[in-house]
Amino acid sequence: MTQLDAKVPTIVATEHVARARRRRRTSVFWLALPLVAIAVLVVVLPMTGLLADPRQTDLDNTLAPPVFLDGGSWDNPLGTDKLGQDVLAQLVVGGRLTLFIGLVGALVAIGPGTLIGVLAGYCRGWVDLVVSRLIDAQLALPFILIALAVISSQGSSLPVLFLVLALTGWAACARVTRSVAMTLRERQFVLGLRAAGASEPRIVLRHVVPNLVGTIVALGTLQIGTAILVESALSFLGLGVVPPDISWGAMLASGQDVLSRAWWVATFPGLAITVVVLLVNLLGDALLTHHDPRKRRR
Amino acid sequence: MSRVLVRKGLRHLGAALITLWLAVTMAFALGRLSGDPTSNILGPMATPEQRDALQAQLGLDQSLVVQYLDYLKGIVTLDFGTSLQFYQPNLDMILDRLPFTLQLVGAGMAIAVAIGVPLGVLAATREGTWWDRTASALALLGQSVPVFWLGMMLILLFAVRLGWLPAGQSGSWQHLVLPAVTMSLYPMAHVARLTRASMSEVLREPYIDSARARGLRVRSVVWRHGFGNASAPVLTIVVLQAGALLSGAVAVEYVYSWPGLGQLALQAIQFRDFPLVQAIVVFGAITFVVLNQLVDMLHVAIDPRLR
Amino acid sequence: MTEAIETGTAADLVRRPGLTPQDGLVLEIEDLVVQHRRERSRELFTAVDHVSLSIGPGESMGVVGESGSGKTTLAMAATALGAPGTGTIRLLGRDLRSLKRAELRALRPEVQVVFQDPHGSLDPRQSVRSGFKELRALQPRRTDWIDDEDLVGRVRLAPDLLDRYPHQLSGGQAQRVCIARALMMRPRLIVADEPTSGLDVSVQADVLELLREARRTTGASMLFISHDLAVVRSICQRVVVMYRGAVVEQGDAEQVFARPRHDYTRRLLAAMPGSRWRAGR
Repeated sequence: MTQLDAKVPTIVATEHVARARRRRRTSVFWLALPLVAIAVLVVVLPMTGLLADPRQTDLDNTLAPPVFLDGGSWDNPLGTDKLGQDVLAQLVVGGRLTLFIGLVGALVAIGPGTLIGVLAGYCRGWVDLVVSRLIDAQLALPFILIALAVISSQGSSLPVLFLVLALTGWAACARVTRSVAMTLRERQFVLGLRAAGASEPRIVLRHVVPNLVGTIVALGTLQIGTAILVESALSFLGLGVVPPDISWGAMLASGQDVLSRAWWVATFPGLAITVVVLLVNLLGDALLTHHDPRKRRR
Repeated sequence: MSRVLVRKGLRHLGAALITLWLAVTMAFALGRLSGDPTSNILGPMATPEQRDALQAQLGLDQSLVVQYLDYLKGIVTLDFGTSLQFYQPNLDMILDRLPFTLQLVGAGMAIAVAIGVPLGVLAATREGTWWDRTASALALLGQSVPVFWLGMMLILLFAVRLGWLPAGQSGSWQHLVLPAVTMSLYPMAHVARLTRASMSEVLREPYIDSARARGLRVRSVVWRHGFGNASAPVLTIVVLQAGALLSGAVAVEYVYSWPGLGQLALQAIQFRDFPLVQAIVVFGAITFVVLNQLVDMLHVAIDPRLR
Repeated sequence: MTEAIETGTAADLVRRPGLTPQDGLVLEIEDLVVQHRRERSRELFTAVDHVSLSIGPGESMGVVGESGSGKTTLAMAATALGAPGTGTIRLLGRDLRSLKRAELRALRPEVQVVFQDPHGSLDPRQSVRSGFKELRALQPRRTDWIDDEDLVGRVRLAPDLLDRYPHQLSGGQAQRVCIARALMMRPRLIVADEPTSGLDVSVQADVLELLREARRTTGASMLFISHDLAVVRSICQRVVVMYRGAVVEQGDAEQVFARPRHDYTRRLLAAMPGSRWRAGR
């Protein structure tokens, strides 16, 4: 591969690489843009005062239909739930918590996962042996079993949710960073630095980790999607976010009871989850093909 | 050759036992994170006497090492303890509910494979076309939808609006349709994506061209040579997805009031039936480690390159 | 193990087990054996099989042999970058095995390696200039550094290349940067592992000329590994022929190539493309 590349005149090669980069950068940009817009929206919109109070119950106006159905009004554009709370306001405010859980949930999985993966992939030896076994054992346990085990002893709360996300998410990340660190370790520039007298911690921190950043960002992005789906499932079962806190998952739980009478209560938060997770997955895929050092040698 | 297989088998068995032990130990450690589950079981209003009694009943008054050894002994002798709310052996209840969950997982997996594999092959043989893009988009969508929400939407459409199928509970085959279809979506997406990737890699191999050059029909080349060689990773994912499927099963069983293991687990958590939850977790962990190892061994048996 | 056949005049520099160590040898390898375990079958195979050789100050030694003959494993063991194996390796008179970790690190800059793949030898996230800067930072007490512009000038590169990243360099340019990085450490020994085989033919000669000149101006010794006999002949005074991990013939380069004594060497020479000999450059 390199041999072939070396024969391409520099200018052409640089031109070609630059064009490919620009193309990938645009697709990443157009996927990230709506996500950022959604995040800004759910943060800013409640401050403007345009929305109803999401926790204001109105027992005279329960299960009001959305504006585009018969009997709907602009007072509650997406209708109301069984307590007469405004679905649109709940959707926006719930989005804050859901996106926050997605972000933090990804961070708590990626952090330890990366650390363990790099350590195992770079040090090899018995560290690697132990870690590989742990990863296997972890991946053999379906996430729901871990969630059940933790929640049954800890009860459900936001910190417990993050604990579950960390415990279920680290292994997948560790597996990828381990294999990338392993290939980086064999690269000649690492040998060259060692020959120049660089210490191992220096090589790892200044050369291996920076070359992993792209991969870590991509994995973290995909993990946001997973975290949002886990949050919605656990909250739906009453094991994650519980009222009075509002998240998209908790909204689905309250919509379940009235599904046959008021479809809109469960439909809108479900759509919101699907759209956000889809965008996040597309973005993560785009970043992953962009940054995988094994797919792109130069 | 057979001696090599036996040696491989023994090594796999050793690795499986270690993984099993680690998984079971993880389940134990996770359950003991708080130190004392009784406060969570009894709630804040419990008297110290009640707490002591429960601790004695669960063996929690002993040292962690003794608890851990008892726990391992229970697993080896298939003694999974007794439920706090039903006063029945946990294993009996699990085995009662297991067929329902297996039914759901089996039917879901069957649908996933029956649709996902042809979808993936279709996309791979028509790489870059409209077919390919649609299949890939569908697969990505399938991985982004919360399964239980999809279940709710299916109920809304087929049970509430159209009235074609029952919305919940079990009994006839009609009851199985909606939950099985719901369950199948996520693994279907996965199977389709993987089949496509694995197939398009195999189809680029020279032996495909040479089979074509020998005058074999395109369809038989694709299925016999192409899919035959692409099927190993697909098989892996089918079995591994069973784990993800169980995770989905809990929420899906809840949506459809399906009386499987997932419902039992939810009940156990709601009533803080700590021994039952632990029994379900350990049972699930053992099942999946065994499944994983079976896949590994199956691979060695199928793929001559791994010997 | 095959008994190595001694040829030519430099035989007095070859270390035989049992003799007292000669002062001033840059690299001494005695009875080195390196074994690897194969990835799939887990069988042991011997990559370097009882090899002994030595390099004196300013001397350049070529190692030839087909791919898989253990040349690179030998080089990696000699520079303490790869599997250590068994046997004795003395760098500048110091036994690598007896060194503490910190002592080894302090000794390392004395030996610099130029690899086959120039792009793989540079961190893709580091510009040429910041790469130089980092190398200087590794030895903060040293004051005899050559400055950036002078350094690139010595490897015939324009100063504006200093701010480029590896992917913006051609193979030949990247390899010159690698040579500059090796030279700035002022090493006593340069190990060049197939330094030109990843390069375009038109650049190969320039890079070789650069290495030759570097050796002349710095007085460093060189261990030059290649499968290309013509290249080795043009740059090395002495040569070692390796076959399946063992040294089958070693001695003065001109002598070995003119009058090969071992069958394998003859076959290697016969397999050279084109005329039987190119005029010595």
